[in-house]
Amino acid sequence: MPLIKGGERVDDPWISLAEGAEIPPHGPLIVSLQQWRDQRAALLARADTLGIRLASDQPTSEIADDLSHFELVALEFPSFGDGRPYSHARILREILGFEGELRAVGDVLLEQLHFMHRAGFDAFVVSSETALEDWRIAESEIRVWYQPTADGRPTAMMLRRG
Amino acid sequence: MYRYDEFDSDFVLQRARQFRRQTERRLTGELSEEQFKPLRLMNGLYLQLHAYMLRINVPYGCLSSRQLRKLAHIARVYDKGYGHLTTRQNVQFNWIKLEDTPAILEQLASVEMHCIQSSGNCIRNTTSDPYAGAAAEEIHDPRLYCELIRQWSSLHPEFSFLPRKFKIAVTGSPRDRAAVKVHDIGLRLHRNPAGEAGFEVIVGGGLGRTPFIGKTVRDFLPVQQLLSYLEAILRVYNQLGRRDNKYKARIKVLVHEMGTEAFQKCVEEQWEQIREGGLTLPQEEIDRIGAYFAPPAYEDLSDSVPALETTRREEPAFDAWLQNNVVEHKQAGYAIVNVSVKAVGAAPGDISADQMEAVAELADRFSFGELRVTHSQNLVLCDVRKTDLEALWRRLAAIGLATPNVGLLTDSICCPGLDYCSLASARSIPVAQSISERFADPGRLRDIGELQLKMSGCINACGHHHVGHIGILGADKKGEELYQLTLGGSADENTAIGKIIGPGFDAEGIVDAIENVVETYLSLRQDGERFIDTYQRVGRDPFKENLYASDQGR
Ligand code: SF4
Repeated sequence: MPLIKGGERVDDPWISLAEGAEIPPHGPLIVSLQQWRDQRAALLARADTLGIRLASDQPTSEIADDLSHFELVALEFPSFGDGRPYSHARILREILGFEGELRAVGDVLLEQLHFMHRAGFDAFVVSSETALEDWRIAESEIRVWYQPTADGRPTAMMLRRG
Repeated sequence: MYRYDEFDSDFVLQRARQFRRQTERRLTGELSEEQFKPLRLMNGLYLQLHAYMLRINVPYGCLSSRQLRKLAHIARVYDKGYGHLTTRQNVQFNWIKLEDTPAILEQLASVEMHCIQSSGNCIRNTTSDPYAGAAAEEIHDPRLYCELIRQWSSLHPEFSFLPRKFKIAVTGSPRDRAAVKVHDIGLRLHRNPAGEAGFEVIVGGGLGRTPFIGKTVRDFLPVQQLLSYLEAILRVYNQLGRRDNKYKARIKVLVHEMGTEAFQKCVEEQWEQIREGGLTLPQEEIDRIGAYFAPPAYEDLSDSVPALETTRREEPAFDAWLQNNVVEHKQAGYAIVNVSVKAVGAAPGDISADQMEAVAELADRFSFGELRVTHSQNLVLCDVRKTDLEALWRRLAAIGLATPNVGLLTDSICCPGLDYCSLASARSIPVAQSISERFADPGRLRDIGELQLKMSGCINACGHHHVGHIGILGADKKGEELYQLTLGGSADENTAIGKIIGPGFDAEGIVDAIENVVETYLSLRQDGERFIDTYQRVGRDPFKENLYASDQGR
């Protein structure tokens, strides 16, 4: 599925560790929370970078102490209406200070992209074939923001105050 | 009132254009109805029984005459010539075509209005005291904080996909006209001993299937911290609120299941982490928004107007109107005027395009061009010179908007029910109309005194029946409409949930039952008691006995 990052459609260097699969010796690897817990030592022994994937009902506190091991956190959107990952993203960015890639996976549609970007996501696995077009639409439509978030966009209040 | 600056104007226009794009994709079939549904809901467009309904936010109930004229225009061009005032101080149009909505949103944007978040699982339009800024006993004007909440909650990147809808109400008066204890968050402005303004924060109230009275989680929150504290509450709710069952998804259930203390602790922990962040409100910003709500240019007037007394002696109808519809103002020589949209036999809250235009004209002439929508589905002219009251009354009477029944039995609150709503179990409007006709006599009505009747067409309780002194709940029993009666509810500072009194009634029987309850009250009341006072004194048994005595086995 298309990966959008930095406003471009890019190749995805990461692979996800399938359930029950052997840990590959090389390459950036994304694991689930369970895999991380079960195989922590083996995963840390690899030379390559590591990412973790959280389901929407797995709060950030589960990985808060381990964050330094991950270059990527993927948050799953099981459905359009499940808004928990937006909170998780903001906590990761604004409270836990996570600076790696924050990736939105799962049910990721045009209409959510702008909210996600504002909440701190910087990479999006979009199922639509017109992913890049969708991204451009989502980023161009709304250009006034009222909430300060880690995306650093100036809010209306900041602009008013000059 | 608040005026949009370039940022606000751009924002609502951008949002309207976005909806045009979404609607076009739906009309060409690129989006299925299933995909389109959450998008239209985020812009207040519901599919009802017969047509689309568009719900337009009236920000915390404040409306300018210019905006009301635009609503009249929309009613005429895109609807059947009338609109409907809702129990959340909004306006609904019930006969809208999907293909017209982008144009309607653009027209609304031109008068600083929108439908953003008027439905969906997000933070809805904040509601407030319809007398804000004018009430004699007001401690602090709540509107500026409502506006700050409006901006902060608009397309919030974190809270646009909550477990369920989320409603905030703010009051700044000791008399609570905003029902803050039955909202997801209720905010009560008051002052601490040092004279600083702050909020009592009440969380987890609500009506619907399982009514709860909100719990106070903080006695005094400095106003500067309003948004950071709201963000902390919403963050806890967004993460922990139930998403497995729509009927248990409101914050009231979370607070109830966690316990107030545990919930409060969670919020405080969250807040500690963000309270010093970018959401702290600079005093200059509070002052800047506050300046929009500065009092209008009141004249220096005497509070006593002898001519009024003469006219009221000569005209009993004027006297009745003064007594029931006109309220004391904080400014000498001025009055707050309630415009009753509850004419005898009319559908509560329905207002025609002609009436809207006429009222807009009256607002310009008599009340600085501003109006309010109340949660009891009426309008208010907030700043009327006492010397103008008679002229205003005559003009209101000429357009059917001077029924002297505000706060009385026929000033009932009523949801749309089965005439429009696809969730309804029973009709509610025709029942309200029958009751209104049964109690049409103004003398009798006045003798009965203050009595709030609230009716919902199903368990979702949009008509707030739980907190009516008398509540009516429509149900469906094997295909027959059945009406349950509740007594003893209250939505003011002494909030109480009414109790079901016994077996339900059919559509005709319910009108008799209301009359029976009223008769019981009249026979038991002691001097000066309102219905609710008598009920609280004697309890429900006498009412129940009289109701079911004559008619065994109903
Ligand atoms: S209470 Fe029921 S019938 Fe009435 S508007 Fe709400 S959902 Fe519809």
